[in-house]
Amino acid sequence: MNWMKYRIVYFLISAVVIGAGIFAYLKWGLPLGVDFKGGAIIEYKIGRDFSTEEAVKKIENPSLQVYSIQKAGENTYLIRTNTLNPYYREKIGTVLDELTGGDAQEVRFENVGPSIGPDLIKKTIYAIVIAASAILLWVAFQFKSFKFGVSAVLAMIHDSLVLIGSFALFGHFFAAEIDFLFVTALLTILSFSVHDTIVVYDRIRESQRKVGGSLTELANKATTQTMVRSLNNSFTIIFMLVALILLGGISIKWFAIALLIGTISGTYSSPFVAVPILVTWDELQRKIKRS
Amino acid sequence: MHLSSPAKKLIGILILFIVALFISLSTGPNLDFKIGRFEIKKSFDLRLGLDLAGGSHLVFEADTSKISPDKTKDAVTSLKEIVEKRVNLFGISEPVVQTSSFGGKERVIVELPGIQDTQEAAELIGKTAQLIFAEIEDLSVQAGASPSANLKPTNLTGADLERASVSFDQTTGKPVVALQFTKEGGVKFEKITEKNIGKAVAILLDTEIISAPIVQEKISGGNAQISGNFTIEEAKKLVIQLNAGALPLPIKLVEERIVQATLGAESVSRSVKAGIVGLFMVLSFMILSYGRLGVVSAVGLIIFGVLTLALYKLIPVVLTLPGIAGFLLSVGMAVDSNILIFERFKEEKGGRPVPDALEVSFGRAWDSIRDANIATLVTAFILANPFDWDFLHTSGPVRGFAITLALGIAISLFTGIFVSRNLLRVFVREKKT
Repeated sequence: MNWMKYRIVYFLISAVVIGAGIFAYLKWGLPLGVDFKGGAIIEYKIGRDFSTEEAVKKIENPSLQVYSIQKAGENTYLIRTNTLNPYYREKIGTVLDELTGGDAQEVRFENVGPSIGPDLIKKTIYAIVIAASAILLWVAFQFKSFKFGVSAVLAMIHDSLVLIGSFALFGHFFAAEIDFLFVTALLTILSFSVHDTIVVYDRIRESQRKVGGSLTELANKATTQTMVRSLNNSFTIIFMLVALILLGGISIKWFAIALLIGTISGTYSSPFVAVPILVTWDELQRKIKRS
Repeated sequence: MHLSSPAKKLIGILILFIVALFISLSTGPNLDFKIGRFEIKKSFDLRLGLDLAGGSHLVFEADTSKISPDKTKDAVTSLKEIVEKRVNLFGISEPVVQTSSFGGKERVIVELPGIQDTQEAAELIGKTAQLIFAEIEDLSVQAGASPSANLKPTNLTGADLERASVSFDQTTGKPVVALQFTKEGGVKFEKITEKNIGKAVAILLDTEIISAPIVQEKISGGNAQISGNFTIEEAKKLVIQLNAGALPLPIKLVEERIVQATLGAESVSRSVKAGIVGLFMVLSFMILSYGRLGVVSAVGLIIFGVLTLALYKLIPVVLTLPGIAGFLLSVGMAVDSNILIFERFKEEKGGRPVPDALEVSFGRAWDSIRDANIATLVTAFILANPFDWDFLHTSGPVRGFAITLALGIAISLFTGIFVSRNLLRVFVREKKT
């Protein structure tokens, strides 16, 4: 099948998805969680309904700002505030107990000072740069071509942008947050993306040795050969992640969603981003050489 | 009866599986025996991280502004030791104390399993607890001035303590802190008391006067007591702080994360449920897509699960919530090598006998399996940060994720290739005869 003929379509699809993400980012920004901007997040189990507005009113005072009280699941409420001192942690508990007749139980408390976030961002950037360069070198070395490495890394960046963009959207519509686990998901997706790409590359390499031919032909053949494997492997991963999203608790839900988006994007990006870039690059190179 | 080599290997795999199954299912305390000089003691309990077992994670930042940069490293090392001592004296089991140095900020990370009241723990750890004995100069003349203006610190400090303990005042019955000085400290104390008979000597803790008793006579022998208005808890805390020593740098709490044990237990049961459902879907999918071959990979996947669990217990891996996610993810990825091989097999079986086609598929798929998995291991390595590099993250939950993911990949290579290959070799041959 001549997959590479429709390259422009694949690039357009990617452009639309990433474009939507960039739009969301520009319009609403990234929904950074307490890990990045500091503040507190408290998870309560509360068995009965209560007025969250009244709770905010009672809790808030000049040095304690409540950003939101959100119902995040059955009997589960998340309260987000600025960085707290221990006195206010207790006070929030007392107010909620009053409103619910002693039914509020704190199950998780995270309180992060403002100095943590900037370091986290720096360390994340280091981790991404190191991971990306290591992968670039590994792929370039294994396939004896810089072109292969760069195309794989571009597909990787594509997947990161898709993931970050979708969280800009989810942050606005579903109160998702970018936290430390999101960073973990992002890094995992980098390896995921390249995992799939390498499988396609490997088939290109193999046919190149055996039969030869233009890179476009080889790429078409390799894409056909690996398509079913790619889809089937993604399905098994998607099964596990969907089970985790639906049945796992709220602490892990957005992490699993981030991994899911990454898996889907990573599966798409290998035949429809990395390989088309590789083929386009190769064609351009030839044209330049000829002229 | 002559057994073929794959059959022998299968028997080996079966034995391994049974041992792993035994380890996975056992909950008792466990292996404990001696072979010659080697004592083997191994607990087969699954170790749970703070987010699953409940507990608190505290991060303190040190104020290094008042010491010279070349002394910072030593100060932080001794800071860590003292914090460790305090936490241990407090009686918390299996605490973790780490330091992290990044961007000019020195931090101490303390993980306390089972502790939910962080306020008390934070006070215990975070107080500098610098004990100073000071002479009080001419109180009458400077009556209007602030009390500190009248204090003249002596050379006797908390560093001169042999040990501190909680005791009770014989007349009032109130808790007091009994101090026993070192030899030199005792001599210093003797000189101070001798010089100040009839006057008060102030005992300061972090620039706050906690007691200022009047000296009746010269005290030799190196014993003293502080009778501030302590509750028993306060006295105990002070004793711990004094025995562990004063912090060389002031620290303040910048991050705290607390998970109640109930939420952790809920997370565990939810993850197990998700795992079972997901595993069932993966198994059905494999069998539906690949028929008999799918059954082989299903067997491989079950061996994978049991081996992984056994290794978690043996290494041991501290299991966290993201760690469980890493494990579930690796279950989804574990069948990847099988899928690669089976898809290859579909291509190869035209024109070749089935056993040959299988061998060829295993051989050809290996290249891509190797290259692809090494890329994943690279990222897992960076996330796990096994050498505690300061420019990367050191976070328990994330490390847990990376370790379970990496282990999952390694074991899946074993089950996906070695185990299923030998299973197929045996069964394909038997079918032929």
